[in-house]
Amino acid sequence: MISLLSCKDFLGWLNDYLDDTADPGIREHLQEHVTSCPNCWVIFDTTKKTIQVYKGMEPRPLPEALHDRLIAAIEKTCTAKKAAGNESCDPPPTRPL
Amino acid sequence: MGTSTLVLNPTQINPVPPGTVDGDAGLVEQSRAGDAAAFGRLVAKYERKIFRLARHITQNQEDAEDVLQDAFLKAYTHLDSFEGTAKFYTWLVRIAVNESLMRLRKRRTSKEVSLDEPLDTGEETVVREIAVWEATPEQRFSQQELRGILDEAIDSLSPIYRTVFLLRDVEELSTEETAEALELSIPAVKSRLLRARLQLRERLTRQFRHKGDDFFAVV
Repeated sequence: MISLLSCKDFLGWLNDYLDDTADPGIREHLQEHVTSCPNCWVIFDTTKKTIQVYKGMEPRPLPEALHDRLIAAIEKTCTAKKAAGNESCDPPPTRPL
Repeated sequence: MGTSTLVLNPTQINPVPPGTVDGDAGLVEQSRAGDAAAFGRLVAKYERKIFRLARHITQNQEDAEDVLQDAFLKAYTHLDSFEGTAKFYTWLVRIAVNESLMRLRKRRTSKEVSLDEPLDTGEETVVREIAVWEATPEQRFSQQELRGILDEAIDSLSPIYRTVFLLRDVEELSTEETAEALELSIPAVKSRLLRARLQLRERLTRQFRHKGDDFFAVV
């Protein structure tokens, strides 16, 4: 059980605090520390926002030509599979519906 | 002939969070049975995420395009060896990470991209930038500017931190799935994730700090 946390201790537990994976007893001490230490509160808050801003960023759409190349490559592989005797392989259409 | 209702355009389907085991398990099973349309749905569901992951790891557009194609082709040709003990997406990510690192190693020395590189202990507690952010960076920057800032920050991390952050906080794999995909121990994933998060926080704070908050501190 941790009675008094230093700022270094807090940083060591930061991931568990952010991910809510710390044991309840430790979490209580982390909570006490972050509410009484302005620097650690800022570090906690801005690290949390760092994670959130990345999670909120949708991947860019794939260029159509790249998508088409990928599908064509799968089709080619599928055709080769058929030629090798895998009759159950059915090539996908080359164009999106 | 197989099904003709193939949906291959990612803009035509709702993005589904990675790791939806039930949906993927069904599509994987159909793909194994020769339904290429089912595999097309898996492509449409994950191609953007796999391409983003590959681009961030390789930091090279051409390599990322090759990784995208090779990862899906490997998955397609080796579906029979996919045992289903892991999620399909985790398996696909593992293939894409391996392909990405292989290409990165070709461009750099192996030491620079080794995921087993010994860690510099003590770095994780160094924090220099302590300033609150603007309430909403999304309102201060255009979507394009924000993407640029986030991409630049993540690309500035070393591969061992960048890869763990990408899998855990961008692709939202669990700690266990990340450890499995990268063949790392769980403590190694946790340690690297902390350092990655703190290093990114430092870089983003320089961009997003609240105007007037200009003090500098070391914890």
